[in-house]
Amino acid sequence: MIINKETILQLAKQGKRLDGRGLLEYRTPFEVELDISWTAEGSAKVRLGETVVIAGVKMSLDKPYADTADEGGITVNAELLPLSSPEYEPGPPQMKGIELARVTDRGIRESHAIDLKKLCVTPGEKAWFVTIDLISINDAGNLFDVATVAALAALKNARFPYVDPETGVIDYHKKTDQKVPLVKEPIGITVYKISGNLLVDPTSEEEKSYDARLSVATDEHGIISALQKGGDAPLTVDEIGKMIDIAMDKAKFLRNALDKELARKKK
Amino acid sequence: MVYTKRVDGRKLDELRPIEAKVGVIPNAKGSAMFRSGHTLAYAAVYGPRELFPKHLQNPKKGIIRCYYNMMPFSGSGERIRPGGNRRAQEISMVMTNALNPVVDLSAFPNTVVDIFVELPQTDAGTRCAAICAASMALADAGIPMKDMVSAVACGEVDGTVVADLIYDEEAYDAIVSDIPVAVLHNSKEVTLLQMDGEISKEALLRAIQMAQKVTEKIHEIQKKALKDKYAREE
Repeated sequence: MIINKETILQLAKQGKRLDGRGLLEYRTPFEVELDISWTAEGSAKVRLGETVVIAGVKMSLDKPYADTADEGGITVNAELLPLSSPEYEPGPPQMKGIELARVTDRGIRESHAIDLKKLCVTPGEKAWFVTIDLISINDAGNLFDVATVAALAALKNARFPYVDPETGVIDYHKKTDQKVPLVKEPIGITVYKISGNLLVDPTSEEEKSYDARLSVATDEHGIISALQKGGDAPLTVDEIGKMIDIAMDKAKFLRNALDKELARKKK
Repeated sequence: MVYTKRVDGRKLDELRPIEAKVGVIPNAKGSAMFRSGHTLAYAAVYGPRELFPKHLQNPKKGIIRCYYNMMPFSGSGERIRPGGNRRAQEISMVMTNALNPVVDLSAFPNTVVDIFVELPQTDAGTRCAAICAASMALADAGIPMKDMVSAVACGEVDGTVVADLIYDEEAYDAIVSDIPVAVLHNSKEVTLLQMDGEISKEALLRAIQMAQKVTEKIHEIQKKALKDKYAREE
């Protein structure tokens, strides 16, 4: 990829971008498709501009951890597929995928978005474990924001599989009406600092030109549940404050956009 | 002849509903989506690009490499751990063999064309859907090709030869054979042939002939998907 880094930096100084968007403007279209995988307990495909991410939820029964005997658990995994970009290669997850999974995981886990106690079937013996797989289909930038929305959409879409009361065996072909106990709706937004200016929803080129970034996960009440600073340039406290304001505002924007898409799908 | 009525009500040689589209992954040089019932495959083609490590390079022509992968939530049971397994590696190899006879990379020595296939949901017939999607993605990428490849699994369920088996037929409580077949459109030659189960030679040949016949329908759908994209862009 040829990156017009100099141009991106110069434009950012003037508050402009290569594709003509405002610094705080998201790409279009924003589209959410649900139930894209009949084998998953919940699934969603989210498109933002040309970036596409699929999220799939699988559930299984397992023994709870010894220190949280009355709780189930969640895991977030991300796969940056070589199918989705010429820059990804087959093989074990690289740093970018690991960071994407962990930042998304913390946003959900630390906000206590899923009531883990409600996932427990028999304390110390049996509890539900929820795995969210985030899969890039086309990476045209801003996987962070798209993945967090996809994870939330798939969780909202998920239904528990049927369990045979006699044998305790899961029948993955049968779904119940029972939803994942989602008590909050955290969304992570990553704000980028380029040439001293702050912007959101970077393209792949902008992602290669930034000085610093800050991922901020907030729930619908404005409580922050996860932070991650990236990039090697420092941030002032003033900048951090501004980035959090932007992240909260944009989280609201994406949460509304998601709700609108979900309501449209129900009609 | 006990199996006269198929579990999903299809005729013996009837395919599942198919949906096909090319150009679905903008980052790739060529891409395609191929859906057969509940089995869905995305394929992306990257290259020709320089091949590393260098000792794999062929100075006479470029090579193709297939990567087949089921997404962690795409199996019929528990989550599949990502990171490849022996089954995926074997399917990747037989896919490469199935597609190799039609591509002509003599103009691109020392390069590789990578074909990545990913399945978000499955209900049997995954390697066949993967080959159908890959063949379309290669054409979408403008890779020189002599022919199109279409694939379907045929097989015998309790004494009856049927086309395009679903999972419930593969798991049918009787003698079942599952035979994935890839067919070249022009020559009708077979470039993928595997089998699980038990079958007589006579029934096997009938199954392969059925595959040759029904892949013509698949080929029409593949061709239409390509035409739909390029006719629009004219």
